Amino acid sequence: MNTLTALLASSPAQEAPARQLMAFTLGTHILIVPLGVALPFITLVMHHRALRKNDPVALLLARRWSAVMAVQFAVGIVTGTVLSFEFGLLWPKMMGTWGDVFGLGFGVEAWAFFLEAVLIAIYLYGWRRLKPWTHFWLAVPLPFAALMGAFGIIGANSWMNTPQGFTLDASGKPMNVSVQQAVFTPMFGPEYWHFVAAMFLTAGYVVAGIYAVGWLRGRRDRYHKLGFTVPFTVAAILTPVQFFLGDNIARQIYHKQPEKFAAAEIVWNTGTHVPEYLFGRLESDGSVKGGLKIPDLDSFLAGFSANTQVTGLTSVPAADRPTAAEATLVHWTFDIMATIGSVLILLALWYAVYWLWRRDLPKTRWFFRCAALAGVASVITVECGWITTEVGRQPWIVYQYMRVSDAVTPTKAGSLWTMFGIVVVVYVLVFGAFVGVVRMMSRRWRRVDQGHVPPPGEGPETDTPYGPRPEPAAVAPGASGSGGSSGSSALRPDHGPRPSKGGTE
Amino acid sequence: MTAGVVAWILLLAVAAYACGGGVDYGAGFWDLVAGGTERGERPRWLIDHAMEPVWEVNNVWLIFVFILMWTGFPVFFEAVFSAMWLPLALAAVGLVLRGAGFALRKPTTRLARRRIYGAVFAVSSLLTPFFLGAAVGGVASGRAAPGVTASADVWANTTSIIAGLLAVAATAFLGAVFLTADARRFDAPDLERYFRLRSWFALVVVGILALIGLATTHKHTSYVYHGLTHGLGLLLVLLSLAAALATAWLVAGRRAGWARFTSVAAVALVIAAWGTAQRPYLVPTSLTVQQAAGATRTLQWLMLVTAIAIVLVGPALFLLYRLDTRGLLEAQTDADVEGGASRPGTSPL
Ligand code: HDD
Ligand code: HEM
Ligand code: HEM
Repeated sequence: MNTLTALLASSPAQEAPARQLMAFTLGTHILIVPLGVALPFITLVMHHRALRKNDPVALLLARRWSAVMAVQFAVGIVTGTVLSFEFGLLWPKMMGTWGDVFGLGFGVEAWAFFLEAVLIAIYLYGWRRLKPWTHFWLAVPLPFAALMGAFGIIGANSWMNTPQGFTLDASGKPMNVSVQQAVFTPMFGPEYWHFVAAMFLTAGYVVAGIYAVGWLRGRRDRYHKLGFTVPFTVAAILTPVQFFLGDNIARQIYHKQPEKFAAAEIVWNTGTHVPEYLFGRLESDGSVKGGLKIPDLDSFLAGFSANTQVTGLTSVPAADRPTAAEATLVHWTFDIMATIGSVLILLALWYAVYWLWRRDLPKTRWFFRCAALAGVASVITVECGWITTEVGRQPWIVYQYMRVSDAVTPTKAGSLWTMFGIVVVVYVLVFGAFVGVVRMMSRRWRRVDQGHVPPPGEGPETDTPYGPRPEPAAVAPGASGSGGSSGSSALRPDHGPRPSKGGTE
Repeated sequence: MTAGVVAWILLLAVAAYACGGGVDYGAGFWDLVAGGTERGERPRWLIDHAMEPVWEVNNVWLIFVFILMWTGFPVFFEAVFSAMWLPLALAAVGLVLRGAGFALRKPTTRLARRRIYGAVFAVSSLLTPFFLGAAVGGVASGRAAPGVTASADVWANTTSIIAGLLAVAATAFLGAVFLTADARRFDAPDLERYFRLRSWFALVVVGILALIGLATTHKHTSYVYHGLTHGLGLLLVLLSLAAALATAWLVAGRRAGWARFTSVAAVALVIAAWGTAQRPYLVPTSLTVQQAAGATRTLQWLMLVTAIAIVLVGPALFLLYRLDTRGLLEAQTDADVEGGASRPGTSPL
């Protein structure tokens, strides 16, 4: 917040609400994205296991995850759609000027989402009637579609960070657009792989974390063990990989966006033998308050030698770099990300060593406590990563070509603040309802797992959610009135629960 | 030349959204007016089941429209979103409520809560197309010119309001026709009658609104008005009229399934007529397709991306609709995810 107040002196009044709104809607969309990208993959791993080993527990897990996926995908779509409106509602000048240079990535993203929406519909609604393996194979392209979608988004974002693929004409308009160059910008590769690994890792820890909580509460059956092991393994494998990718992206920033690197490491003056600060606060006079100072380390990390020169924030005019408050924010989010990333490695090591040694999950409760925390921690890490990326780019919306203040909509600040208020309220409701629904689903399942079969007709409409497709009998004119489409689906012979996919077909 | 092609692709995407999304909104509209819990239960039940697998897919058309706008015609995108700020912002909020309301209603078991989600879904199904229609009206009447900033008279004028109402009526028409066909497919004669009446009614309303629109907005939209009443534009309007009448006739008979195609044709043809009428402008009469066009290279790539989309998404979409109409797609029941089979300690049923 105070970041913004500092900036406001020189920027249009609309900028503050526009930035707040963009940051809020992106920040919430990102909460859903890891599941959106990686849950299909994790579910498919489980599904495959179920079919190959004819394992009903695995199948049940896969089915339940896909029921969660249905709701989560919808929330991802609506929050994502808001973002595409916001490009126009908040940053019309950016799109008006640069749309034809970097917009194409979104085109790729659009058809990837298209494919994803279609395939997800088939997967979610195919459980009952499709042949088991046909059903599985129809969903196999899903993770690839998600990767294509990420390609588009990250392509656009990395272009904003290191724009290229055009020249400017006399009036400052882009011309000679080269699409290949605009898509494959210098930051694209590092950002893409770091992002993809983060998504799979986060989804893995989040899903595993849920079962870890169950485990801690004493539910130590095979169902919880499997629900924990599969996603946790995926995440644990990726954790060390992510560490290297993170190190790589940091070094790329050192080369390609030196001011962002300087902000992330709060380097004020260009020089060699630059110390590394763990946390701490940058003051507007360039001094650092608090934090743990490690001499020479920053230079060493950037170029493997204490003699490496690191560019400082003062290398560019104050108007062209993040403010001290912004730099502090970037520094903190960067440090939190790196810290959590490193701690997660220890957790993954613990798991790996114990598994190699004993062929089993660690017994101690501490392991499961840490695993449950890892889910939350990785989501926090993702948020931190994005704040590093986006705030570190300030004041530019297109790095070194267009300022955020030049891109903002001419709409009045009052309207934007109102919109911001409405959006916050709506999102709180939507996310609250989303969490509520998922928790309710899981509570229901748990009750059933413990042997309490819920009464078939709790309310007049109980059978409609996930109800059977209407059959002629169910719609027979007499069937109207309360409980319209027949009684409990579970009681109907043709729709009874099937023991396993492989079984009755 | 390239710009012209991309402009037609854009129009095609608009038509696809109007039809695909329109059916969805229409279903929501009928959900809204279906009456109390008791009376509305059966139509609501059909609406739920008919919409199920495809709403997310329809939403993507809108995203496609935006992308074609900002990549193909950046200046146009900027102009529309600056001038039409308020209706578009409200449409965005409506979209969130709608999608979330629909998706959350399904797995919610408690009746009171389901009612809330249902109401949110239904109300936003009415408001979203209204505001999107109003924005389109602003473009067609030339008010969304480059440099215009958001103010009430840009969109709160007769043209925009009539266009918004027309959009709502058209979605109601599409929704009712599709639901009639679904009722037939699921063999529910009472619902078939119910929605048949409503498709006729909606069609009459569309007709009345269109006439009012032509009469009252003649002045502001003279360019488009002229295009719609002459030459190719007129021909398309007449074809659309024919398709609409054919729909009215088809829903009455045993071939309600075909009415879906004619109703879609009716809407798509009107949109084609609108596009034809405002040639060569994107915003009559201040911004032509050529002026707004982005870099030629990009436009060529955009065509390539579209071609790939058609090659990849087409078959998938075809598969989806095919599986769906053959009844192979069906939501999981509670029993499925409760999985009696693997309940710890119990044997498979
Ligand atoms: C669980 C997720 C996760 C983990 C463990 C890490 N990161 Fe990360 N990081 C992300 C998740 C993430 C992210 C959210 O996915 C970001 C935001 C933008 C992007 O592409 O990835 C990101 C961005 C990001 C950036 C900014 C890139 C830019 O501005 O374009 C840097 C410098 C790092 N990361 C560095 C690291 C380092 C040194 C880590 C050491 C362990 C690390 N990350 C672990
Ligand atoms: C690949 C992983 C992602 C998935 C599956 C996903 C999901 C979605 C969805 C469904 C949409 C709406 C578009 C539509 O309706 O088709 C969307 C749009 C958007 N998402 Fe995400 N999202 C992903 C990654 C991200 C990330 C990491 C961010 C940024 C933090 C992000 C920012 C956006 C933006 C800016 C849009 C609007 C752009 C557009 O419409 O093309 N997305 N996303
Ligand atoms: C598509 C890729 C994009 C991603 C992944 C992305 C991600 C983010 C994230 C995570 C934040 C910060 C959230 C926070 O502070 O909590 C943010 C802030 C912001 N983004 Fe981006 N963004 C993207 C595209 C855009 C676009 C297209 C624009 C403008 C047209 C934009 C402009 C901004 C602005 C102005 C802020 C506010 C910065 C601040 O709070 O200081 N971003 N973005």
